[in-house]
Amino acid sequence: MAKARVVHYINQFFAGIGGEEKANVKPHVSVELPVISQQLAKLLGDEAEIVATVVCGDSYFNENLESAKSEILEMIKKANPDMLIAGPAFNAGRYGMACGTVVKMVQDEMDLKAFTAMYEENPGVDVFKKDVLIIKTSDSAAGMRKALPSVAKMALKIINGENIGTPDEEGTITRGLRVNVFSEERGSMRAVNMLVKKLKGESFTTEYPMPIFDRVAAKPAIKDITKAKIAVVTSGGIVPKHNPDRIESSSASKYGRYDISTFKTLSEADHETAHGGYDPTYANLDPNRVVPMDVLRDLEHEGKIGSLFQYFYSTVGNGTSVANSVKYAEDIAKDLLANNVDAVILTST
Amino acid sequence: MVKEIERAGIPVVHMCTVVPISLTVGANRIIPTIAIPHPLGNPSLEAIEEKLLRRKLVEKALVALETEVDGQTVFED
Repeated sequence: MAKARVVHYINQFFAGIGGEEKANVKPHVSVELPVISQQLAKLLGDEAEIVATVVCGDSYFNENLESAKSEILEMIKKANPDMLIAGPAFNAGRYGMACGTVVKMVQDEMDLKAFTAMYEENPGVDVFKKDVLIIKTSDSAAGMRKALPSVAKMALKIINGENIGTPDEEGTITRGLRVNVFSEERGSMRAVNMLVKKLKGESFTTEYPMPIFDRVAAKPAIKDITKAKIAVVTSGGIVPKHNPDRIESSSASKYGRYDISTFKTLSEADHETAHGGYDPTYANLDPNRVVPMDVLRDLEHEGKIGSLFQYFYSTVGNGTSVANSVKYAEDIAKDLLANNVDAVILTST
Repeated sequence: MVKEIERAGIPVVHMCTVVPISLTVGANRIIPTIAIPHPLGNPSLEAIEEKLLRRKLVEKALVALETEVDGQTVFED
């Protein structure tokens, strides 16, 4: 049998082009296979070969979604592949979004077999888990040594037309697919057994987990914004110069509350960003690009808003766990309510 | 964070560039912004024009806060 032709999609970082300063690199086919693709090719062995690696900068992809998608699609088509593998993206949010988008696109447009790999809390998981097969990885590239063999194993399974097992068996994210299986015992028996276990207080595994919908209904609109007290919260990591609370550049363990009552605007001299997940050049030169202090002060003076709350809140939304973000937001909300803040502008990078 | 602050009872407008993430995390009022490293600015513009752009975005956010929404709403141009 001829070797299966695989296209690999990766970002600028794993292509060895550079970090945040190169996140605007346009889609292209790598001239030589990047190291990560070579490693994957080795693991795929004799049954498959990587015929092309398509590379795109994470910011470029997410900011130019439609054009990036069509360019990348053309590049993939030209390679005439049997399969596409994207990532692994670990906990890199923009990369995870790109991997999910590319996999879904080749499935829809080319009917191509494809999958990706990333960490459970990568935003790409929630967006794409229903449509895309995602192998679970650790949250950082330190887990590469474990992730690549899992990726190769899955690729070979799919190439050989083998059965893909349950998410537990395969280490994949649950897609919510239901498949028919033969069971030793009929349904009524299994249900009664589960009930008995439940009554005894023993652990059991349901065959039909209920989906969790966690949505918060929109709060009513502000009646008169010219009377409203408005606060700014950001996940973009804007902090006073030199980051007094030492908020971490990724996986932040805290948030900060910063007094802005004496500021008419934010500037390079007094504020900066602590965020390590995007190119900080623009936010450092002019922090108003993330926390629009200059404009809000103007609007306050013109009476277009009631007032700007004297503090803003900031954390770094880069690989920060959902559990921590929830905790910070609960604390922040308490403080906002205690200070009669009417509405929040939350900015994200 | 958007969701938890809104859950506590305060309306939130989320200004961000990657709208699909905002939709997934459950923001109800969403303003699409310019770019990931500079959501509320554009370094290629003159300072005055850039501030004007920022002001338009913030004004849009204020309109969103004054608008009743039924479920998640992206305020496009």
